[in-house]
Amino acid sequence: MTNPSRIPFYVAVLLLIGAGISLAIWRHMELGIPWLAGEQRPVWMVEARIDFDSNNGPVLASLNVPEQPPGFSIISEQAASPGYGFSIVGKNGNRRAEWTKRDVVGPQTLYFKAQFVPSDRDRPDLSARKPRAHDVFWEEPQATAVREILDQARERSSTPESMTREVIRLMRPDGANQNTALLASDGDNISLLVKMLNHAGIPARTADGLRLEDARRRQQLMPFLQIYNGSRWLTFDPKTGEQGLPDNLLLWREGSASLLDVVGGDNSRVSFSMLRQTVPALQLATMQSKSNSLGYLGFYELPIEEQSMFRLLLLLPLGAFVVAFMRMLIGIRTSGTFMPVLIAVAFVQTALIPGLVAFVAIVAIGLLMRGYLSSLNLLLVSRISALIILVIFITAGLSVFGYQMGFNTGMTVTFFPMVIIAWTIERMSILWEEEGVREVLIQGTGSLFVAVCAYLLMSIPLSGHLTFNFPELHLVILGLILLMGQYTGYKLTELRRFSPMKVYD
Amino acid sequence: MGWISPRALNRLGMLNMNRRNVDYIARYNERASYPLVDNKLKTKLVVAEYGVKTPRLLQVVREQHEISHFREMAEDLAGFAIKPAKGSGGKGITVITGRDGDEYIKGSGVRVNAGYLERHLTNILAGLYSLAGTPDVAIVENLVQSEPTLARYSHQGVPDIRIVVFRGYPVMAMLRVATTASDGKANLHQGAIGVGLDLGSGRGLNAVQFNRPTLLHPDTGLALENIQISDWELMLEMAARCYEATGLGYMGVDLVVDANEGPLLLELNARPGLAIQMANGQGLLPRLKTIEKLKRPHFTPQERAEFAMATFAARA
Repeated sequence: MTNPSRIPFYVAVLLLIGAGISLAIWRHMELGIPWLAGEQRPVWMVEARIDFDSNNGPVLASLNVPEQPPGFSIISEQAASPGYGFSIVGKNGNRRAEWTKRDVVGPQTLYFKAQFVPSDRDRPDLSARKPRAHDVFWEEPQATAVREILDQARERSSTPESMTREVIRLMRPDGANQNTALLASDGDNISLLVKMLNHAGIPARTADGLRLEDARRRQQLMPFLQIYNGSRWLTFDPKTGEQGLPDNLLLWREGSASLLDVVGGDNSRVSFSMLRQTVPALQLATMQSKSNSLGYLGFYELPIEEQSMFRLLLLLPLGAFVVAFMRMLIGIRTSGTFMPVLIAVAFVQTALIPGLVAFVAIVAIGLLMRGYLSSLNLLLVSRISALIILVIFITAGLSVFGYQMGFNTGMTVTFFPMVIIAWTIERMSILWEEEGVREVLIQGTGSLFVAVCAYLLMSIPLSGHLTFNFPELHLVILGLILLMGQYTGYKLTELRRFSPMKVYD
Repeated sequence: MGWISPRALNRLGMLNMNRRNVDYIARYNERASYPLVDNKLKTKLVVAEYGVKTPRLLQVVREQHEISHFREMAEDLAGFAIKPAKGSGGKGITVITGRDGDEYIKGSGVRVNAGYLERHLTNILAGLYSLAGTPDVAIVENLVQSEPTLARYSHQGVPDIRIVVFRGYPVMAMLRVATTASDGKANLHQGAIGVGLDLGSGRGLNAVQFNRPTLLHPDTGLALENIQISDWELMLEMAARCYEATGLGYMGVDLVVDANEGPLLLELNARPGLAIQMANGQGLLPRLKTIEKLKRPHFTPQERAEFAMATFAARA
């Protein structure tokens, strides 16, 4: 009979609520499940088109495809090329799409499509070992020119990044520098930069990027310079020396591998076209969850039929919450504790007004018939069973009648839980005999009021979205219900019920 | 009616529903003891061992086929009451006060035949009035002859006395008197009058009908404050004794005063209502807290009843 400390209870409830919220936030960040229902995300559909002329024999075409381009993640890939065998081979920075065919005649066109979605996620470093600068051999007089430029750049820099910027600046063709002019006579500026930086001891390589603009066709890749600063690869624009990637730039190829190899064909070209699409953020998250180990925490893996069942089932806690709130804090009397929740679920399927009309009609007709049943003096179980059958008749009758009258909504009354309605009628009828019509009306309207409140909460698109996509939020509801169970204060209706006590105050 | 502020209710020490459920019923009432009070038959048997008298049990109808014996048994009885053992709030209780040939006269004056009573028994057995709709048994009890001094306050029916017992101490009491509005039933929310009783003397303190203070009985015109319950100390002691019998820390004890046998226990209630506070014009909380603070509770029902009479008596 001691008063146990409530502190562990409150800590547990707080943990429950905290766990629910943090799990939801975590899943939002990791899986990108949106908080709001209608959120849209841009997706870039990029199509690489490969053209070549075959040598009338077997063909192996191999295209470098991105694996984890910085700033984007791939959500789908597919190839369209009739008659070709296709597969994606290789990992770790050199991922290639390969088309193969035995007998090829004439000009050929192959397509590779991929969808990219902008993402801020950090990509893990794929290279197993640290890259090292490779040795470069220069002939005179280039060797002197390179040395002088590098000395100049080194003097005005302190880090690999600043060094790279300085080299790019010095190698700019318009700079009136004799050394630059000498070196740049070769024409290929970017491979020169790569060689010079490697010579200076900074691992460097080229990369190819694609500028994403809506509805562009026949685009070519643009070369970029990448250096390794000791922990990660950094990208520079070889013309301006600007570090980093613009938002709309997709790095298609990184590392030293070639972009396109065609064995058994000539005159091969690759060009890109792209389209900006919008996809519901939720669909995106669903697609990504399949590849993510966190995906199993949601319902997306289930068959669609079960998913839609869970969609409804997961609304029930909201209804239970409303009932708990209405009964414990407001103090509304209902007939049957959770009957209003089930009615509210039925309303979700029938829509409110037709549902209300149908429900009141069924219960009213049922009450009339129950009046006759009570005069038959049946045992309780058989009376309820008879009532269930009558309720089914009534709903069937209402459906058919409604349909003939041209109301399609009449059909949806079948969503009402028959057994619950039968019990409701039975209870109301006894209440009527024992306590009078007043009490029936009070409890009936109370039940309907709570059902409508629960329905209104359940039918908000946001609540359906949150309960289904963040099932962990139910922990929060659970915590709140537990907290309400500890509420020992006055109910709102008690303030009215006890109001005559004012006299004694 | 208007509203009252929570602060005023706190000042009055009004116990509310949530608090009663969480702080008193859940804390002091063992779940295992509930069947004892939710089943009138068990209540009767267990309190008998503790010397608390109840109306004489005439018959127990457990099975459908036993109903045929009911007619034989009732053949030469003038008055009796049929009750569902697991009924709550007085539901399903039928009182027969007399006979007219083959017909039975109900408390309300309506004549019914034996078939009606048999159907009623069937309904009880099927669980129509039981708490969770579970199958039930019907008990037939001797009719309580209300003591004349009390009976004149009541329109039909027998006035009963509700005493809230907390940890074995009577803490508050009221008399429930039927009116025409309540159709002869002693149910407060149906319009019966609740008369708060002074624990010290058993005298009427204050009366309410439909939660509003009244002075006179609307049907009989008698002043309710003059009510004096006889054998008051004995009744408090009986109520206190029920704590030993059931072990329930917070319960309502319903008693009647029979003209021949004196105070009898009608039923126990593990979830007594809050209206008793309105009838008394006082909140329960201060009294409950007084008992909770007791360092050394009294051991015998008699001591506890005396303590309650001394502590909770109305100050003149």
